[in-house]
Amino acid sequence: MTDTVAAAPEIDTRKTGRLALLSEFWAYFSENRGAVIGLWFFAFICLIAIFAGLIAPYSATEQFRDALLVPPVWQEGGSWNFVLGTDPVGRDMLSRLIYGSRYSLFVGIIVVSLALVVGITVGLFAGFMGGMIDAIIMRIMDIILSFPSLLLALALVAILGPSLINAMIAIAIVQQPHYVRLTRAAVLTERSKDYVTAARVAGVRPIRLMFHTILPNCLAPLIVQAALSFSTAILDAAALGFLGMGAQPPTPEWGTMLAEAREFILRAWWVVTLPGIAILLTVLAINLMGDGLRDALDPKLRRS
Amino acid sequence: MLFYYFKRFGVLIPTFLGVTVASFAFIRLLPGDPVLLMAGERGLTPERHAELLKQFGFDRPLWEQYLDYFLGIFQGDLGNSLVTKKPVLDEFFTLFPATLELSLCAIIFAMAFGISAGVVAAVKRGTWFDQSLMGTALIGYSMPIFWWGLLLIILFSGTLHWTPVSGRISLIYFFPQVTGFMLIDSLLSGQKGAFSSALSHLILPTIVLGTIPLAVIARQTRSAMLEVLGEDYVRTARAKGLPPRRVVGLHALRNALIPVITTIGLQVGVLLAGAILTETIFSWPGIGKWMVDSIFRRDYPSVQGGLLLIALIVMIVNLIVDLLYGLVNPKIRHTGG
Repeated sequence: MTDTVAAAPEIDTRKTGRLALLSEFWAYFSENRGAVIGLWFFAFICLIAIFAGLIAPYSATEQFRDALLVPPVWQEGGSWNFVLGTDPVGRDMLSRLIYGSRYSLFVGIIVVSLALVVGITVGLFAGFMGGMIDAIIMRIMDIILSFPSLLLALALVAILGPSLINAMIAIAIVQQPHYVRLTRAAVLTERSKDYVTAARVAGVRPIRLMFHTILPNCLAPLIVQAALSFSTAILDAAALGFLGMGAQPPTPEWGTMLAEAREFILRAWWVVTLPGIAILLTVLAINLMGDGLRDALDPKLRRS
Repeated sequence: MLFYYFKRFGVLIPTFLGVTVASFAFIRLLPGDPVLLMAGERGLTPERHAELLKQFGFDRPLWEQYLDYFLGIFQGDLGNSLVTKKPVLDEFFTLFPATLELSLCAIIFAMAFGISAGVVAAVKRGTWFDQSLMGTALIGYSMPIFWWGLLLIILFSGTLHWTPVSGRISLIYFFPQVTGFMLIDSLLSGQKGAFSSALSHLILPTIVLGTIPLAVIARQTRSAMLEVLGEDYVRTARAKGLPPRRVVGLHALRNALIPVITTIGLQVGVLLAGAILTETIFSWPGIGKWMVDSIFRRDYPSVQGGLLLIALIVMIVNLIVDLLYGLVNPKIRHTGG
């Protein structure tokens, strides 16, 4: 890495620099076979979510009264009309799973963006200001972190009222302390470096200094954390749905589907197994990607 | 060293105060009239409303209410449950042993398998064995444990009939609770079959609750071991001709375990969060299920008290882990943190 920088000294460093960085990143990322598989699978789920309306054979809530708990096609009694079977009220499992991908990705995107934006802003502020403000902010984060995340999210949803939106807000609140801590730690190490002092001496205003000078150099751990909390958000939202505190029936959210199917676990394995597999595979794909991101972005691990 | 301890305690006090404020605020942030929520009566007359307002102390200034609540904490008074009318603290500590027993079993399970899997994977780095172990660990780490629990019930309880579906022990056994730990109490009772009944009830919840910590510990152990195995003193030990088993088990593992201990400590919050789901699935009568039930029954004093106590437990365990870390890690010990 240092070689390439040293070997290409004064030729248009800016453009090729970025491209080179990107291709270098991809080189490290694609070294990890699991990460690439995760990326492809994640892209596949994104496509399913985007084109759910075209792919799904039925609507997610359409009930077929004459086809309750039909098993999947490969099992006796199954039919090609319902490839993955139907649920206790005769809705097509495949269609519900396809539409469910929308909710999970939506949850992940919203939670991570909320937590990321708030967390980075607060963390930059704390690390940059220091002193009393920093101490107060960090104590508040400690308080949030003292509660087990799912429990706090559960209590928050109890306050806000059970719904998918409130579940997302609660999960974002529970997750943002991690971003605050990471950002603050990164800012503290960057703050005293020469380039920051130089910028400060040159008269760069605090806001620009925070967001434009320091922030880009703190991004690597934040990106890794974002991948991690994307999967945690999906899991937590599904768990809240499972406990009846997330998305409400008949929403085809995977966790909520599991909760609805619970009483049928010994009679119809597919209504319980399939939504769980969907959650597991999605989360697994994101975690595989996260591992690859960490390997590619973390220079400390790269050397080993 | 002393300075490190003082500093650590110093941080704890404002956090504790904050947790009391947060749990105090909880009941007041709820939408709607707290009196109606707490009293659960419909169609109150204004007089009755005022009377209840006074009874619950909601007519006094907020700071006075908080002070009352805060002082109550030190006298062990967290209010009474709206449902059972019993003190919240008593309810909590009757149920806590069940959660503690389950959590301890889960963490022992996770450590036993997690540390050995991590060590083996590190030693056999890069082989298919390492890859499949770490692949499995990542699957465990990505597991929605509420679904995992249901799957195990389908397989072991529904199909194979090996384990019971719910509860802590078969209802035919009855004996006094001495320690609150079903495994120990069933042994003490001397009743035939009681212990194996308790054990068979414990197995599935232990696996479910231990899965994520196991995966985390395995991954952490592997990377810590890899780091340590590259150190000079390990090479020296190898060069001296020590048997590999001894180098790995004694020289490397001891040092690799330092970060792993921290990881294990951090799993306490994960365990308590997992207990909410695990206990709900297996109808395990512990605090996780109690919290969920309390939230659903709108038993707010219980939720408030439970939040406070659980946060306290997490804080205390984190403190112990930090202090232990200070003890085992000379870097912190000497610089004063």
